Amino acid sequence: MIKAILIFNNHGKPRMSKFYEHYTEDTEQQIIRETFHLVSKRDENVCNFLEGGLLIGGSENKLIYRHYATLYFVFCVDSSESELGILDLIQVFVETLDKCFENVCELDLIFHLDKVHNILAEMVMGGMVLETNMSEIITQVEAQGKMEKSETLTLLFIWQSMRQSQASRFSSKIS
Amino acid sequence: MPAVSKGDGMRGLAVFISDIRNCKSKEAEIKRINKELANIRSKFKGDKALDGYSKKKYVCKLLFIFLLGHDIDFGHMEAVNLLSSNKYTEKQIGYLFISVLVNSNSELIRLINNAIKNDLSSRNPTFMCLALHCIANVGSREMAEAFAGEIPRILVAGDTMDSVKQSAALCLLRLYKTSPDLVLMGEWTSRVVHLLNDQHMGVVTAAISLITCLSQKNPDEFKTCVSLAVSRLSRIVSSASTDLQDYTYYFVPAPWLSCKLLRLLQCYPPPEDGAVKGRLVECLETILNKAQEPPKSKKVQHSNAKNAILFEAISLIIHYDSEPNLLVRACNQLGQFLQHRETNLRYLALESMCTLASSEFSHEAVKTHIETVINALKTERDVSVRQRAADLLYAMCDRSNAKQIVAEMLSYLETADYSIREEMVLKVAILAEKYAVDYSWYVDTILNLIRIAGDYVSEEVWYRVIQIVINRDDVQGYAAKTVFEALQAPACHENMVKVGGYILGEFGNLIAGDPRSSPLVQFNLLHSKFHLCSVPTRALLLSAYIKFINLFPETKSTIQEVLRSDSQIRNSDVELQQRAVEYLKLSSIASTDVLATVLEEMPPFPERESSILAKLKKKKGPGAVSVNELEEGKREGGELNGGGERGGDSSSTPSPSADLLGLRAGPPVTAAAPSAGSLLVDVFSEAGVNDDVPFLAVPACLFVCKNNGVLFENQLLQIGIKSEYRQNLGRMYLFYGNKTSVQFVTFTTTLNVQAKPVEPLIEGGAQVQQVINIECLTDFSDAPLLNIKFRYGGALQNLTLKLPVTINKFFQPTEMASHDFFQRWKQLSLPQQEAQKIFKANHAMDTEVLKAKLLGLGMALLENVDPNPENFVCAGVIQTKAQQVGSLLRLEPNAQAQMYRLTVRSSKDTVSKRLCELLAEQF
Repeated sequence: MIKAILIFNNHGKPRMSKFYEHYTEDTEQQIIRETFHLVSKRDENVCNFLEGGLLIGGSENKLIYRHYATLYFVFCVDSSESELGILDLIQVFVETLDKCFENVCELDLIFHLDKVHNILAEMVMGGMVLETNMSEIITQVEAQGKMEKSETLTLLFIWQSMRQSQASRFSSKIS
Repeated sequence: MPAVSKGDGMRGLAVFISDIRNCKSKEAEIKRINKELANIRSKFKGDKALDGYSKKKYVCKLLFIFLLGHDIDFGHMEAVNLLSSNKYTEKQIGYLFISVLVNSNSELIRLINNAIKNDLSSRNPTFMCLALHCIANVGSREMAEAFAGEIPRILVAGDTMDSVKQSAALCLLRLYKTSPDLVLMGEWTSRVVHLLNDQHMGVVTAAISLITCLSQKNPDEFKTCVSLAVSRLSRIVSSASTDLQDYTYYFVPAPWLSCKLLRLLQCYPPPEDGAVKGRLVECLETILNKAQEPPKSKKVQHSNAKNAILFEAISLIIHYDSEPNLLVRACNQLGQFLQHRETNLRYLALESMCTLASSEFSHEAVKTHIETVINALKTERDVSVRQRAADLLYAMCDRSNAKQIVAEMLSYLETADYSIREEMVLKVAILAEKYAVDYSWYVDTILNLIRIAGDYVSEEVWYRVIQIVINRDDVQGYAAKTVFEALQAPACHENMVKVGGYILGEFGNLIAGDPRSSPLVQFNLLHSKFHLCSVPTRALLLSAYIKFINLFPETKSTIQEVLRSDSQIRNSDVELQQRAVEYLKLSSIASTDVLATVLEEMPPFPERESSILAKLKKKKGPGAVSVNELEEGKREGGELNGGGERGGDSSSTPSPSADLLGLRAGPPVTAAAPSAGSLLVDVFSEAGVNDDVPFLAVPACLFVCKNNGVLFENQLLQIGIKSEYRQNLGRMYLFYGNKTSVQFVTFTTTLNVQAKPVEPLIEGGAQVQQVINIECLTDFSDAPLLNIKFRYGGALQNLTLKLPVTINKFFQPTEMASHDFFQRWKQLSLPQQEAQKIFKANHAMDTEVLKAKLLGLGMALLENVDPNPENFVCAGVIQTKAQQVGSLLRLEPNAQAQMYRLTVRSSKDTVSKRLCELLAEQF
């Protein structure tokens, strides 16, 4: 089972967190900090697995992570999951984000937190994997997008100008 | 077109987020957030009705604030309004908010449940999926109660859309995990298993998680999944990479599903059906063969996916442990990975090999990789990998290579990461003990351990070395010589001083013949460390000194001089001062005979499971040390202790596990010599407490309506109780508190049902805990009896108590409407099914108190059922292993007469009678 999915940037700022077990808000924040501390001190080119922090169950659980440019994607899982399988899953998640946002970058996650949650919900539900097929996931997300379109008026914002100033894209590292 | 269009966001939200990002300091950020929270709160509370768009905007802002780590305690109502909306966008954000900020407020859950119910019956797949997601995310008991019946129906219905089926499968899994009693698979079992054959791979992916979990809990009922899983796996494995289209990931067909199928098969033994087994072996061989083929892509994703399947296949082969041919191939494959350039693969290979090492077919094959593994321990850059290498060395260790492995681990310890040192120390200590053929090697190893990593040597480790030295007379002389030499080092670890002090105090005489280690030299050496040590160590050294006086009368005056000095006899630490005073007195007034008796050599320790092993198990959690290994450890440990059969029965030796040296239990002499026991009791214990002390026993009937409290109390002992029940199972924690300042020894409890033994010793002022697992097999009326015996001072104490386990503890409340209640009431109309009592009120007839008691009883208290509002009616089902007994109850108070009439009806006569008896004492 997947216990938690955390995304934070190189400075430990959380960009998305999803817990599949109940913790208090306080503990959740501490888990994010602890996990960042554990993961960020590791060199590049070491392995992608390590034992979980104490708050999330210690050596019973594993942290499986990938680092893309400015962001860490960390999955905390128990022993029933295949480590390499989860690495693939992270890749599918990131590739899906990349397709949905067209060259995804950190800002996309910040300004579209709800969408990131929705995309994740098409893949993982209650800590178990729902779907691994990227085109299926994207079809679902697109269908939602269409429904949304038909319901809301289009508004334009400052968003685009801000987006252009964001230089670091992590999509270049994806494949 | 991107699936998420970026133009259509919310301006207010974007501005707010930019504001936060532009904040220069944490304070500024908090200020901005508080301003926004106040704004949202006033908007929500305001008179003006908000439109869906604004609500959505504010809820999004709250989500963002929550992510930043701020507590959100409002907005739930608005979210519920949103998710009840008919607009998709509003519904979606409402569900998202509830899923992220789960709230257990039951009022709220009821509203949410209502909305979910509507969405589930809407036949709109998107809405249904949203609702199922919400249930899976919250997964509370209330939700399980509301939907556990409905979801299996959605899952297996022929007209359900695939995407809804997927969600329904995982939703059901979540409910099964949180409330297994509410999810009754019975009739659905075979249709759920057949989802493995579903056309849609996504449905299979979701269903397999559900089936795996159900199979783990009820393997027999789901046995048919084995052959289905094998044929599905075989179809995937033999398919070309293009057959499965979108489920092919970087040229590997359906890797995730293959892994999950292989995991499912690990819940079962090898298939008995020859054809199925043949097909499976073929699959496993194909997977192993594919590993040797050239890769279809250079991308790391390709090899990842391929190897994910390979590692699961190897796990299955190890799990079956029956195909020597496959096991050897698996071992060779892992051997290749040990030297692979991918760190991930080296890590996983070490981890898999650890399990392989415990198989008798492959243990030898694993051992051939010892050099590679040692090399990994020395040269890997990544601590995760080094740790796995250490684990593997530990697992592959046996008599033939123990010396090499222990030596390598010791040398690694000098540079090991701090995070794994303690565990390494434990492992070295265990291996040294387990595979010691000659005990001088064992003593050397442990002393080396203390020298290299003294800070990480826990008490268990040095306790253990002392136990072994005491129990083996052939190693005592060597041990004394070695510690004497080790103590010569200018800076030696305090743990070394402890071991040294203890061993020289016991066996210093064995090396005293050599002038270089004459008694006085030994004493001076020990005493030179004294001032650098902590209080417990100093206390231990003082005990060693008094033992020296007995061993070597010539040191008496020197030692008395030391004891008499102000720094000892007036030491500000009470323990040290007391020891100094008592030892000084003992040495000056006791005759040599008495001295020799009191300070006799320690008797051998009773044999038991190595406490170090227990510690490692605790540290690593169950499962880290296999049962197999444990038993072996015990056996070997027994051998080790076997040398000491010289008198000394375990009942008179001080309890071993609690306090090896009696350090914390007052003067060690009390504990030291069993033969002097009677004499010492007079000196040191406050005699004269015996069993005619009045005590407070709490009648068991007080616990009918509650689960926690004090069961028994007298001047010596307090017994607290905490219990919890679920269906026909219960767990009871008994807390035995010693109210005196003296220890209770040979503390035993016996129960006329099975129970885990309790610690045999309770220190003064301390408390020990005992756990009792209870299973209700059938209905009963007599409570189990608990007999407690212990020694306090000299006197044997004996107590017998009734455990407050009564039939009503196994009630499951049943909610029902008035109509149903009376219908069932009528159904139970046989005369023996009813029990009735009319009795006088013993307590004030307060409605609230009555309600609380009835709720404590475990039944559901039904409102608005009885036409007379003064009366109470309850319903519940008693869960026993043999059967379930539905019970209904009606309590009619008569305030004027101060009387009650109690009527109980249940499907079993004995239950009605017993319940009626129990309850009549309560009101």
